[in-house]
Amino acid sequence: MTAVQARPRGRGERGLGASIALHATLIAATLISIFPVVWLVLTSLKPREGWLSTELEFFRSPSLDNYTRVIGETDFPGWLLNSVLVAGLTMVLGVLLAATTGYAISRFRFAGHRAVLWLLLVTQMFPVAILIVPLYNLMAGLGLLNQIPGLVIAYMTVAVPFCAWMMKGYFDTIPVEIDQAGMVDGLTPFGTFWRLVLPLAKPGLAVTAFYSFMTAWGEVAYATVFMTAEEKRTLGAGLQQFIGQHWSDWGLLTAAAVLIAVPASVVFLLVQRHLVTGLTAGATKA
Amino acid sequence: MSISTGRVSSTARGRAAGDAHARGHRRGEPGRVRRAIRAHWYAWAMVAPVVVVMCALVGWPLARGIFLSLTDATEANIGRTIGVNVIPASYEFVGLENYAGILTSGVFWAKLTWTAVWTVACVALHYGLGLGLAMLLNRRLRFRSVYRVLLILPWAIPAFVAAFIWRYLYNSDYGVFNAMLGAVGLGPVGWLDDPTTARIAVIAVNVWLGVPFMMVALLGGLQGISRELYEAAEVDGAGPGQRFRHITLPGLRAVSSTVILLGTIWTFNMFPVIFLVTGGGPGSETEILVTYAFREAFTGVRNYSGSAAWGLIILGLLVLLALGYRRALRRQGEVW
Repeated sequence: MTAVQARPRGRGERGLGASIALHATLIAATLISIFPVVWLVLTSLKPREGWLSTELEFFRSPSLDNYTRVIGETDFPGWLLNSVLVAGLTMVLGVLLAATTGYAISRFRFAGHRAVLWLLLVTQMFPVAILIVPLYNLMAGLGLLNQIPGLVIAYMTVAVPFCAWMMKGYFDTIPVEIDQAGMVDGLTPFGTFWRLVLPLAKPGLAVTAFYSFMTAWGEVAYATVFMTAEEKRTLGAGLQQFIGQHWSDWGLLTAAAVLIAVPASVVFLLVQRHLVTGLTAGATKA
Repeated sequence: MSISTGRVSSTARGRAAGDAHARGHRRGEPGRVRRAIRAHWYAWAMVAPVVVVMCALVGWPLARGIFLSLTDATEANIGRTIGVNVIPASYEFVGLENYAGILTSGVFWAKLTWTAVWTVACVALHYGLGLGLAMLLNRRLRFRSVYRVLLILPWAIPAFVAAFIWRYLYNSDYGVFNAMLGAVGLGPVGWLDDPTTARIAVIAVNVWLGVPFMMVALLGGLQGISRELYEAAEVDGAGPGQRFRHITLPGLRAVSSTVILLGTIWTFNMFPVIFLVTGGGPGSETEILVTYAFREAFTGVRNYSGSAAWGLIILGLLVLLALGYRRALRRQGEVW
């Protein structure tokens, strides 16, 4: 009895029917959410007749043939390497460039503060279509088409404002008293930032870094246009090669998709608890 | 609380500095300017890298985009160098002709309507389903963390991978949906061949991708609402509907306003789903503004000026949207 009363919503105990309905709804939602992924994995294990079958079947002589083909016979490993390089560089540069800005706009009300805030917000709304042509011409002029630095530069237009914005949210959640204490103890504003605030913001930095990595990792439009040479493609651009207008190799595609999605998902699920806080930080604290 | 007091004081300081700065300019009092610089030079120094990068990478291309949108530049007449031959640019300034052409064309309005339907449908479903699932997960429940992780899974899949998966699921010959229909004795459906089903199909993909983010964000918001409020309301005789309307929704307002704005911008600009699932097809029926402008720029004879004008119109729409949204929030007393 006491245990029941101790529960916060003791009066709202569910009946059996309500429990079944609740679990049934959640199970249905879960099935919808995981089905495409499960089907992807199952398909990647099927031989050619399997993914070209019109029948509904879960298994057909499962093997890893598609995986050996995608690794051994296509440019997939190269694309993977390109993607890792591009996303990694974008992440590092984005976070490095944006960290101090996030701090400054979180803490100081300097002249031009609002302008910077708006600049960061508005650039995040920029549709691809508006910058892609001028950037393309710029890259062509500089000879940076089909070059990894070129794509990284293009991604910076998205990553930098995004990172600054995210980090502002994190710095907002760190009490100003810490800064003030640092100042009282004789630290310069940079010293305060570097020695006190930045270490406290490490989780925030990690999440911001992860987000910018994922954004670059999954980008398609710039990659499709900028990286046209077969061996220079990134994953987003390269995977399109497996499914053409007239012929699609779903075996290769699904195997490649699994290879991309698995590491991403594992990291993602490990850090997911921290992911939303950055975007809505401040909002949830109110 | 501590944060807000800190912010108030620093805002006051900032305003004072700003005033001093402005006055210094007007009356030419170097002392005040110098004081403002001394007070905030480090803030400017910290902001400088981003401002420089943004000006170089966004400002210049944007200016160039605005310029191109006022010309008739295409791939054919833009200057270029082939080997040793320099072909001079021969495009001309045409003023607002591109904009007029787009705004008077049926294509623009058709795409705008579909983009609006797409955005509203996706965001409404994201938010509605996300809130529903978050409320279910916010109860005492067995296997809660299992459900949570499995429901988040779509968010962990990169959008382009998800687009390819779904394209296979929708495939009219080998896709699993048609196989399921076949298994219960129904004929196959050409999911991506008919405008209506193709539209439903892309919305379904985007909803699948977007719900987990909303769910996690709203779940965080729900957990921030004090249980005591619900208990007090229950004691006062408020029914579940009333509690939802008067406690849950107001409690979530701050989170909701952020995620809805973000969701709207992301959906509006959602390139990979449309581009990779349907390729804009059948015809250009499922093409949203962003993918259409992209195609305009990079297929056939590349129409640089036209796509720049499209891009600017899209940007204008988004800025208007954000301003309107901010004003609506202000009216409700949100500071954002």
